[in-house]
Amino acid sequence: MNIIDRRLNPKGKSLPNRQRLLRRLKTQVRKAVAQSIAGRRVTEIDADRSVPVPMEGIGEPSFRKGMGGTRDMVWPGNQKFVKGDRVPRPPGGEAAGRDGAESGEGEDDFTFTLSREEFLDIFFEDLELPDMVKRRLKQSTASVPVRAGFSVSGGPQSLDVVRTMRNSMARRLALGRPRDEDLEELEAMLAEAQASGDRDAVVRLEAEIGRMRQRRLTIPWVDPVDVRYRRFESRPHPVAQAVMFCLMDVSGSMNEHMKDLAKRFFMLLYLFLQRRYEAVEVVFIRHTHEAKEVDEDTFFTSRETGGTVVSSALETASRIMTERFPVDSWNIYIAQASDGDNLSSDANRVLAEMTNRLLPACQYFAYLEVGDPPSDNWEDRSGPSELWRTYESLLAETVPLAMRRANTASEIFGVFRELFARNGVSSS
Amino acid sequence: MTLLYEGREWNFDKVRRAHDAVSEIALDELGLDVYPCQVEVITFEQMLDAYASIGLPILYHHWSFGKRFVRDEVLYRKGFQGLAYEIVINSDPCLCYIMEENSMTMQTLVLAHAAFGHNHFFKNNHLFRQWTDATAILDYLSFARDFVSRCEDRYGVDAVERILDAAHALQMQGINRYTRRPKRSLADELARESERQAYLETTWNPLWSTLPGQKQEAPPAGVTVAPEDRAPSVEFPEENLLYFLEKNSPVLKGWEREILRIVRNLAQYFYPQRQTKMMNEGCATFVHYEIMNRLHEKRMIDDGAFIEFLHSHTSVTFQPSFEDRRYGGLNPYALGFAVMQDIQRICRDPTGEDRDWFPDIAGNGDPMGTLRDIWAHYRDESFLLQFLSPKVIRDFRMISLHGEEGRSYFEVAAIHDEQGYRSVRAALAREYECARIDPEIEVVDANMAGNRRLYLENRVHDGQRLDPPSLRATLQHVRNLWGYPVTLRETDARTGKRLSDGETEVS
Repeated sequence: MNIIDRRLNPKGKSLPNRQRLLRRLKTQVRKAVAQSIAGRRVTEIDADRSVPVPMEGIGEPSFRKGMGGTRDMVWPGNQKFVKGDRVPRPPGGEAAGRDGAESGEGEDDFTFTLSREEFLDIFFEDLELPDMVKRRLKQSTASVPVRAGFSVSGGPQSLDVVRTMRNSMARRLALGRPRDEDLEELEAMLAEAQASGDRDAVVRLEAEIGRMRQRRLTIPWVDPVDVRYRRFESRPHPVAQAVMFCLMDVSGSMNEHMKDLAKRFFMLLYLFLQRRYEAVEVVFIRHTHEAKEVDEDTFFTSRETGGTVVSSALETASRIMTERFPVDSWNIYIAQASDGDNLSSDANRVLAEMTNRLLPACQYFAYLEVGDPPSDNWEDRSGPSELWRTYESLLAETVPLAMRRANTASEIFGVFRELFARNGVSSS
Repeated sequence: MTLLYEGREWNFDKVRRAHDAVSEIALDELGLDVYPCQVEVITFEQMLDAYASIGLPILYHHWSFGKRFVRDEVLYRKGFQGLAYEIVINSDPCLCYIMEENSMTMQTLVLAHAAFGHNHFFKNNHLFRQWTDATAILDYLSFARDFVSRCEDRYGVDAVERILDAAHALQMQGINRYTRRPKRSLADELARESERQAYLETTWNPLWSTLPGQKQEAPPAGVTVAPEDRAPSVEFPEENLLYFLEKNSPVLKGWEREILRIVRNLAQYFYPQRQTKMMNEGCATFVHYEIMNRLHEKRMIDDGAFIEFLHSHTSVTFQPSFEDRRYGGLNPYALGFAVMQDIQRICRDPTGEDRDWFPDIAGNGDPMGTLRDIWAHYRDESFLLQFLSPKVIRDFRMISLHGEEGRSYFEVAAIHDEQGYRSVRAALAREYECARIDPEIEVVDANMAGNRRLYLENRVHDGQRLDPPSLRATLQHVRNLWGYPVTLRETDARTGKRLSDGETEVS
């Protein structure tokens, strides 16, 4: 008999089958992901929570007998029936019969869950992110050096003295380097011999001492082969903290579709920040003609009436910034979603607020102008909006401002293009 | 004798010792004949993987296996379903997977059950000997996996999936149930023809042609294709649908035919297992029961281990009554084990009833020889028909029911009494007859010169028609493989008449 331990063999041999199943269930998976996005908080986008996907439409047909017709069967455990009796049919047909169990049909009404990786893949797919960016989002990129054993080369600042001396001592012992004590002893004996005038002993001892000195020279105290340096590996590690301001216009003109786009936009920025920073705070500010800091539920669900004054939101953001998030200890990101309406008289205040307070303080200001899904009606295509024109005048090489108009989810990424590109990702 | 092991924990040394002790009993005392065996220890995740690929260690990739994996995983993680303690592959050497979570007693039990019980059955049963090739299966599986994955690389996952979906739908129609007539050589054929001619010439008598009123035989019902439209090389009817499509489909490419062949070969490989499921499990259960008892008698396992064994043995052979919530059909382990134990009893210590029913084996004093012979030469259906004894029918309190379509009740046809034994036995044996479980579908005709329509026929027994939605979907798969319209007709097997709305077409 052979007995083989297979426990260390790779598991997950069935993974390709799972991928094929996902391909097959594409529509259901996408629907489940979309629903899940609606139900998730922005900060939970990355959470390791499973998404149930109903397994519909993946039956495996075959030529098999239906339930009809006459049939005979034998059952065990009869307690009370005799020949000629009538036994009521069990409810649900003859599900107990063998046919139903064998075909494997009728068991498809259960769900299976997407892993976090699979969820993010599909989330990204909707947003049409370039592959490089996807990879960056899925891993963390910042790194810190971490001790990882020893090496024979390195800078003097990373010399490991203990390890070096241990090696040196081992080498000295192994090669038999004369110790200081041995030398001193011989010298003492030499002095004694000189004092007593024993010439033979003096010659012998001097030769002995000479040999010993020579040996001490050829076998050095510390040899380059002994030297060890502490080795460091760079491990990915989030480095600092960031705050993300989500600004959204909630006036009546923002419909559900626009809000969904805005939510995906905030989620994407959050994912990006979360990869780069240890802690990410999120501040939600909604505005109509006046702005208010709210929690996430209110942010996405409530609907206000009123005009649209963007500067009110910007002012609130900068007030919160000075109160709670000092620029020197926080990386500040601002994401704004709006349909572009603004009171025309507000433009100057917006410009002042942006140039004086927000743009100098923040790492990145992303503006997403959301619109309805594209229609064929050319009349719908209006020119640039009020707010767009205002921000456009701010654009310059050095200004950390990106803006984008999006009607569908696939267009959102453009607003972040520069943000990802700046981190060494070339986006095509 | 000294104990083989103590306590729950197992290690490789103990497993080896247990295997040697079990092997001694199995080969010397029970006289089993097995393939050399290779035991592989796996984790529960690997067991789930193995489940997904229908128990095979290597298999090509397909979404339906992923679906099976998801289902088993959900059931397992929620605790609705335990995992098998072992999986055994009909191969030479016999592969036997055991789980690392098992206790030492379970490992011993599993070795006795799978490495000797199933192994003996695989090696000796005539169905496996005739239809499966244990030495080649592992090589064939790895060929199949590589071939399918090469096809996916070259022609795309979608194209391969389309063929595999269709082939899977038809795999129960991809089995040869009888060996084919060997092909005659041309020389044989000519010799036969001239012999026949010579016979006709010697016996020719003009008197016969003067007989009046010779009617031409009417063509059989259902013929729609003119003889000149048929392809001369194709023989009808053909019950192996996948084989027919592989050889004769006008549209399939070479690699697609090869994939059909792979699915067909695997279905064929599993067909003996379907036909002998109950006997196979019964044999393995009987063997492990014998071996564990003998190990205990010889004081090679202690009482604690024996109790643990009995606990798991009784839960495996538990048969709830049909009124029980847990009832899910007859338990093959329970039934097979009970009948085999009863055969042992009949051989050793028969009653008068047994002598009436089983004159050939009653009191022959050689239960193991009798059982070995039975394991070699029967399948589920014939085994029950021959060896289900009145005692087992009584012990199981079996009841035979007859149900007519449209009635809200079943009528009791027989119970476990003197008048009922034979009909219960016959009814139960019929339930295990694969040819009855599967519908009887044949390719009856194909128009090769004209519109290329393919005609299938389903011969309906006892009014058990095909499940309509599944029928349409499967017919669509046939159409994909055939490339041209397909018609399936349902006819009554007894009268040969077409049933009402018994024609389904996919064009």
